[in-house]
Amino acid sequence: MAGQAIDDKGISPRILVFSTNNISDPGIDLAGSSHMHYPPTVVVISVPCTSGIKPEWILYAVEKGFDGVFLAADGEECAYLPDCTARTSHIVQDAQELLGQKGFEPQRVRMSGICSVCAAPFVNHMKEFSEALIKLGSARNPAPASGRPGNDVPQH
Amino acid sequence: MNDRRIGVYMCYCGGNISDYVDVERVRETIANEPGVVVAKTAQSACSDATQQEMIQDIQEQNLDALVVASCSPKLHTFTFRGAARRAGLNPYQYTQVNVREQCSWTHTDDREGATKKAINLIRAGIGRTMLTEPLEPIRIETVPQVLVVGGGIAGLRASLGLADIGLSVLLVEKSPSVGGWVDRWGTMYSHGKNGKQLIAQLVDEAKQRKNIILLTGAELVEKSGSMGNFMVRIRVSGQKEDITANVGAIIIATGFDSYHPGEGEYGYGIDGVVTLPEFKELLDRYDGIPIRDGKQIMDVVYIYCVGSRQDESQENPNLYCSRYCCNAAVHSSILVAEKNPRAHQYHLYRDIRTYGKYELLYDQSLETGSTYLRFGDDEPPVVEKCSDGKVKVTVKDLLTFGEEVEIKADVVVLVTGMVPRRNDELVTLLKLPVGRDRFFNEIHPKLRPVETMVDGVLICGACQGPKNSTETVASALAAATQSASILKKGYVELDPLMASVNPELCDGCGECVAACPYAAIEMEEDQGKKVASVNRAGCKGCGGCVPVCPRDAIDLKGYTDAQIKSMIDGLLKEIV
Repeated sequence: MAGQAIDDKGISPRILVFSTNNISDPGIDLAGSSHMHYPPTVVVISVPCTSGIKPEWILYAVEKGFDGVFLAADGEECAYLPDCTARTSHIVQDAQELLGQKGFEPQRVRMSGICSVCAAPFVNHMKEFSEALIKLGSARNPAPASGRPGNDVPQH
Repeated sequence: MNDRRIGVYMCYCGGNISDYVDVERVRETIANEPGVVVAKTAQSACSDATQQEMIQDIQEQNLDALVVASCSPKLHTFTFRGAARRAGLNPYQYTQVNVREQCSWTHTDDREGATKKAINLIRAGIGRTMLTEPLEPIRIETVPQVLVVGGGIAGLRASLGLADIGLSVLLVEKSPSVGGWVDRWGTMYSHGKNGKQLIAQLVDEAKQRKNIILLTGAELVEKSGSMGNFMVRIRVSGQKEDITANVGAIIIATGFDSYHPGEGEYGYGIDGVVTLPEFKELLDRYDGIPIRDGKQIMDVVYIYCVGSRQDESQENPNLYCSRYCCNAAVHSSILVAEKNPRAHQYHLYRDIRTYGKYELLYDQSLETGSTYLRFGDDEPPVVEKCSDGKVKVTVKDLLTFGEEVEIKADVVVLVTGMVPRRNDELVTLLKLPVGRDRFFNEIHPKLRPVETMVDGVLICGACQGPKNSTETVASALAAATQSASILKKGYVELDPLMASVNPELCDGCGECVAACPYAAIEMEEDQGKKVASVNRAGCKGCGGCVPVCPRDAIDLKGYTDAQIKSMIDGLLKEIV
């Protein structure tokens, strides 16, 4: 399966993507209409703007079973908020803190600007993020921190 | 508990979904979800017949919400909202689930994975729909005036169309005169009219209409507002004061640039090697035998696909077929034959695309003595300068099994295609979506061919991709008609995307007021305490205030805290 990252048990990480209705979601659509592949364990919820995402939703998603959450932000292109990138990064930081308090690695949340034609960059992000999440291990059954390759996260 | 009665319809999309997703298995699983009263599949959910079936089910089964799992919400949200409305349902009780662009098409290699994903995407859609509430769209009065950017044949024709429907037009052209490319051309196919005269006639007609204002040497420099009522600022060169106006829609008709070959590309730079537009200008100068450098043009070689269908390994390649150039080159060769029946003409092509009625042109060129030779992608013709002033072209002709042919030509015409015109300021200003080929992007080439992702901003003509003048005029008129369908009603309805504050939770801290750049949140007294309140007209619905609230007192309608969590639950539900 092209472009899929799979761990040694044949499971690819569950990733929740928050996209935006007018900019990044069309970019993700374009990946589909171009028949580019990413794992089907990646699912998307589209909202008007990533600045409206509650850090609690990210924690909720990880607690309920997602291995990672990706914010496909509008960046400079945001039609609503000129400081959208700064706001979204702040949300990511807050979410990382919340994740840390519950014993999850902050690397489980990522953000990047995805534009309306960013099909290939999105697919690459999903590939890289999946690989990183495989190294972290599943969020549901965390492996002992010491035995986890690539885990340099301070424990909270 | 929730006692919703939801109808779920899953689309085959004629194989686009059902080839990669087990649609019937999805239906069976979904039918058992709580709240689902009707679960059906359809070959084509957007068809009139299926919409009629939905309406019937909603009415007969007393459904109070609708979920459609088909293509991207960008395509059919309005279609199914309309179906819901016709069935007597509030249109915001419907949820679109994207199982095509974000499922079947992107997991063509994993039927099991795609099927499971479709189930969970629909579960999320149901989860969201469980918690929908009836909403009323925001109604905005529209301004019956349209801004048209670009005064070529597309902009002129769109302006006339708009004026005749009864909409005022502000036509803005950047250069000192209107007319664009067509104004430079002589005889055009298929009507045989002269381009220059055609433009003069359109300008004349525009002048006769009182509701068209034409500004040349003018540029759009600022835009605010939204569909139905934009404020635009136009800068006219030589004038101190900018012009501001209110318009209901904006049509972009900024046209194309011609591909400019690099130095040495197919011999470009050698005397006698010209581009197609350069050759057309030369042809138009002579009624009789065209002359170049004091010599009659007797031998012409055309090299096709210059600047089009370029190799992917090139830097910023133009991968697309430029569509108009085969016809234009074949047409030019017929004009040459008319002016000089003794001329020899050789067409060196990779593929010929004289589609539709242009096939007749191709036949005509054969009858007038044109010779066609086909070269392979990997063995392009070689163009060299000769000592006698002619240009030598060497090509391996695939039609004669690779025979090497040498032609000495007076003129070598590089059949150059259309390339996107650089319009960085306009793209930034209007947030125009640019496609893979760097032309402006419509929402859908067939279903919504002149609309963009930016509501109220339309595109037409060659700014959205290579088109000949006939196709350009057709799309210009489509843009005019689409503007009229937005503006003639007198109002537009916008999504009631809006934040709302729960006054019971709000403690009046004012964080949200500071977070809103639109000043749409104010503090007011509510039962003796200070609480935040969102002003319906000012709120843009971004949700930026939602995560800022320390009391979790703000929700964005349609994207509430409970709905997002319900969607997350749906996405994670195990599949047995």
